[in-house]
Amino acid sequence: MSNLTNTEVSDGTDNHSEFKQKLKNGFNKFIAFFQGNPPGIIGGILITMILLGALFAPVLSSHDPEKRVARPHVAPNAEHVLGTTRSGRDVYSQVLQGARKTLSVALFAGIIATTIAVAVGVTSGYFGGKIDEWMNFITNVFLVFPQLPLLIVLAAFLGQVGSMVITILLGVTSWPWGARVIRSQTMAIRSKEFIIAAEVMGESKVRIILVEILPNLISIVFGGFLGTVIYAMGAEAGLGILGLGDATEVSWGSMLYWAQTSSSLYTGAWWEMIVPATALALTGGALALLNMSIDQVSNPKLKTGPHMKLWKKLKHDADKRRGLV
Amino acid sequence: MNATLDTTTVEATVEATDTPEVILSIKNLVKDFPIGQSNNKKNFMRAVNDVSFDLRKGEALAIVGESGSGKSTGARILSRIYEKTSGDISFKGQPLQEYIKENGSLEYARQVQMIFQDPFGSLNPVHSIYHHIARPLLIHKRGDKVTVKKLVHELLELVGLFPAAETAEKFPHELSGGQRQRVAIARALAVDPEVILADEPISMLDVSVRLGILNLMADLRDKHGISFMYITHDIATARYFAEKTAVMYVGHMVEWGNSDKVTQTPKHPYTQLLLSAVPEAGNSGRRELGAKKGEIPLWRPDTKGCPFASRCPRALDKCSDSFPEVTQVAEDHFIRCFNI
Amino acid sequence: MSKALLEIKNLCVDYVSPNGIARAVNNVSLEIAPGETLGIAGESGCGKSTLAFAIARLHKSPALISEGKVLYEGRDVLTMSEKELRAFRWNDVSVVFQSAMNSLNPVITIGEQLTDVIVAHKRITYKEATLKAVELLAIVGLHGDRLGSFPHQLSGGMRQRVVIAIALALEPKLIIMDEPTTALDVVVEREILNELYDLKEKFGFSILFISHDLSLMGEIADRIGVMYAGNLIEIGDAKTVFSNPSHPYTKGLIASFPTIHGPKVRLYGIPGDPVNLLRLPKGCNFSTRCTECVDICKTDEPALIDLHLDYQAACHQIVRNK
Repeated sequence: MSNLTNTEVSDGTDNHSEFKQKLKNGFNKFIAFFQGNPPGIIGGILITMILLGALFAPVLSSHDPEKRVARPHVAPNAEHVLGTTRSGRDVYSQVLQGARKTLSVALFAGIIATTIAVAVGVTSGYFGGKIDEWMNFITNVFLVFPQLPLLIVLAAFLGQVGSMVITILLGVTSWPWGARVIRSQTMAIRSKEFIIAAEVMGESKVRIILVEILPNLISIVFGGFLGTVIYAMGAEAGLGILGLGDATEVSWGSMLYWAQTSSSLYTGAWWEMIVPATALALTGGALALLNMSIDQVSNPKLKTGPHMKLWKKLKHDADKRRGLV
Repeated sequence: MNATLDTTTVEATVEATDTPEVILSIKNLVKDFPIGQSNNKKNFMRAVNDVSFDLRKGEALAIVGESGSGKSTGARILSRIYEKTSGDISFKGQPLQEYIKENGSLEYARQVQMIFQDPFGSLNPVHSIYHHIARPLLIHKRGDKVTVKKLVHELLELVGLFPAAETAEKFPHELSGGQRQRVAIARALAVDPEVILADEPISMLDVSVRLGILNLMADLRDKHGISFMYITHDIATARYFAEKTAVMYVGHMVEWGNSDKVTQTPKHPYTQLLLSAVPEAGNSGRRELGAKKGEIPLWRPDTKGCPFASRCPRALDKCSDSFPEVTQVAEDHFIRCFNI
Repeated sequence: MSKALLEIKNLCVDYVSPNGIARAVNNVSLEIAPGETLGIAGESGCGKSTLAFAIARLHKSPALISEGKVLYEGRDVLTMSEKELRAFRWNDVSVVFQSAMNSLNPVITIGEQLTDVIVAHKRITYKEATLKAVELLAIVGLHGDRLGSFPHQLSGGMRQRVVIAIALALEPKLIIMDEPTTALDVVVEREILNELYDLKEKFGFSILFISHDLSLMGEIADRIGVMYAGNLIEIGDAKTVFSNPSHPYTKGLIASFPTIHGPKVRLYGIPGDPVNLLRLPKGCNFSTRCTECVDICKTDEPALIDLHLDYQAACHQIVRNK
């Protein structure tokens, strides 16, 4: 090919420093994501706080959330920061403990749904033809599945539904929407020339899907995942408040259930209902903000950054010079 | 493991023989595509109809045509993206199916590479330039993890991307269109191909950059003996780069042969029309075209006659009944026309 | 000077991006006389399309016309009120964009798009507008039956003819054409050019013709201006620009087009890659790719100077050689 002498001497240390460089690049990219990205920053901070709260719940709780520790419906005070429930349990400790249950249901349902959505969407989009037809059929069937009624019927049948069942059911029924989006994105990428080039090059189909196509889908897959998590969280809470979840486990949904059955709002013990409701709203909002910020990364035109302010200022100056202002 | 292109043997071969050997031979190639259905019977359109040509070693053949001429389809059949409907394709003297049976489709893919029109679409935005060039080297076992890096840098320098080490670490969006196209060429070269099919490689590049790519391709042909099939709508660059030119219209090859003969003394009315339409500074004012204004017809498997008949100033009655046979009008200059 | 139909004076257009401010058009001045065809040539990023958009004041954020005047028959377009601007657009100046599919609405018929334009600017009934639409289609060589067709039912050439018909609807004095034939086959391009010649003779409008295809421009333009990285670097009558260019970029650009009938020699185009507007070199924008670059080129920006009557170029080398 050429008569160039090889001036590089390759040794083991190259790999090590290359790896360090890759880590550094990854870290820099992570930081760059948040720069000039208010939704990302706010959402990121909120969700980190919530996750840390859930993770360290036993440490951060002031009382045992499942034991009666004071008189019922005590208003928020120094000892019980967020008051107590009808049964005299500490709301603050409950909301932390409940985070664990609610978030784990939502996250695992999200993971299950997203995995199925990716598998179905990519296969369908890449292979096309008969495979696509079959996958589409299955997708459409699951799409019209009425999830909540199904869960209600199951609950009525089984007496009550544990969180494991809820997780699996939500996961197995929330994937169709994501699958469709992933399918159309895959089809768009598939017709791109770099995929044809890889095929002409002799790359195996599996490698093409995993290495060439999938990395291009990361932002919509992640966006879909976050969307599913928000939905699953809402569904879990919805089931909880209807009393169809396991009311003996502490979760935000069951907290709402007990708050509702004890007519807490009526009796003026607003904290019993408002606290879990706010927790749900904040978490959902944080996830939605994160979702929004990912959209901005994949579509830079959505960025409303400091450069827009600069543009407005410059335009104003230019108009002034022309005597229009 | 053949880690370098051996230039000495190639040069010797080219000098020793008078006419270089035929690498790819296509005879009576036909390709139909389905378009919609009616009454459970599929309708077809014929994209390529009875096309024959040879590609020799170290030679560049330009296929010139407007949209709908079928020029890209031919290349995609040769790179096995599409299946032919009928016709014979031979590679290095062997029928293609036989060759693939004996040597595997990976080996054929190695020897017949393709570069595409869109420099933005032909590279995967999430992978580095290094990845793009290392993958083919690894797939075709032209190096192991250690030697691959050296080969990647050598290839980048071969296509004029300096400094190679820096370029290898970049991502596609950091390069210009011309640079990306060079990367695509380096990727094709990585596996030491016999033939490169170039599908409109410069039409989406800036004007000042186009010649650089054509000159690079010419150097690869002259110094490394790689055959090129250059597909374009621009007959001027076809003449500049390729020794042989073939003109296609609605899936039919109407005139072909030595580039100078075809472009300076065209004999087929369509080629004459094409050449009279090309803008050339210095002419000014209205230039009447010899042909009637017409739409490009949709060709079906059962359509008969010459596709240019409806617009041709020299059309005879029999032009609508059958497509003419091959006529040799000069040495290395052929057309298919009844009314020369 | 006041005879000019359009006068652009020291126009500057900036793009504000997250990575900095890019000056897409830098201090460009030129004139278009009535009935003249002025061609602006250049590659991607040179600012020619930005210039065209600025004339009709079509720019939205993050683009910004920071300096300069656009004088149409003496009135500054950039200070016109909304009402004046509406009257100005399409009545006085219309635009033909590069890809017809970009400017035609895919879900409404050709006829509706024509009549909409007419009715929006003139006080006439839909019936009269429809008659006018049929007239316009005939002018560009299309049958009145096409009024009921949708854009996707027409070929590329026909669509571009429709776009030209829409541009002619109100008989403007200036038509800006931004790469009108780039997406078309060469035979269709030739047909449309022939029609343009006829239309120009009939209606007498001026054309601002923007393209990267210098050979095409050499045919149809009376004068040619060449832009690079936002600057107008050469402008003069078409024949001279072609046969005797002064600026190294123009020379390189002309040498980038292999001809059909010329001698077969190796051409080189221009070395390097198109410049990044956010990272312009110091001094002349072309210095990094110029084969005739000397020291002063790297420090001082060259200004447009008069070489002969109605002919200007911006290059330090020309000053030296004069």
